[in-house]
Amino acid sequence: MMNPAKVLIFFDVAGTWDASVAFVMGGALVVTGIGYRLAWRRAQPLFGGKFQVPTNTQIDRNLIGGSALFGIGWGIAGFCPGAAIPALGTGRWEVALFIGAVVAGFMLRRVLARMAPTALAQ
Amino acid sequence: MSGINIATDLTPFASLTGGLAIGLGAVLLMLGLGRILGATGIISGLVFAESREEASWRIAMVIGMIAAPGVIFLAVGTMPTVDVPVSPVLIAIGGVIVGLGASLGSGCTSGHGVCGLSRLSIRSLVAVPTFMATAAVTVFILRHVIGA
Repeated sequence: MMNPAKVLIFFDVAGTWDASVAFVMGGALVVTGIGYRLAWRRAQPLFGGKFQVPTNTQIDRNLIGGSALFGIGWGIAGFCPGAAIPALGTGRWEVALFIGAVVAGFMLRRVLARMAPTALAQ
Repeated sequence: MSGINIATDLTPFASLTGGLAIGLGAVLLMLGLGRILGATGIISGLVFAESREEASWRIAMVIGMIAAPGVIFLAVGTMPTVDVPVSPVLIAIGGVIVGLGASLGSGCTSGHGVCGLSRLSIRSLVAVPTFMATAAVTVFILRHVIGA
């Protein structure tokens, strides 16, 4: 997952397809799907506070457009944010470049939201 | 176009183990602190920190994640492979698009993909097929249309 070559090849169904990323997602989904439900049997998290799970169910333009953009960027770079953080620990400078660019993308969204508050509100 | 000739071997066992570990991490964060494991929220929550309390668990999470390859190195003697078959310019362009898109869409592979699908969030059930499809189309265009 943190190796862009594996990720890009996972999406390259028309080329030298390698399904490894599906095993990552499958393993993660099984554990999380079961584990979340066991965790939620508790009244509150172990270290206090409360379970903070998003309750928004609205399918809007930001969700679809943003997700579409995210996939395009993922397909270009081969890194996604969650995989890039551990990849940073291998010391490759390209990973730091990617994470810096992601942060720039977060800031760009804030700037755009300020310019067009109704269209791009949080 | 760089990266036309990349080929990797299927690693079902290592990938499944990695996936199980990601799931365990997500469950422990929910069990301990009641939080969704979403990298977009963790990074943006650090960059635009609203309070020290909100920043602290995210800092711990990021430190742990960055330390992971080192732990693997200590355990097995080799670092996990990171092959970057993409030019720095495309890494930067892709990164900005990833940041903008994940911010607008309120999540990425971890938040929507792992956590959202696990709890059958309707927004994640829309977001994940959307970004998987656009990623596949993007890779097809870059590798077979432009790169051909």
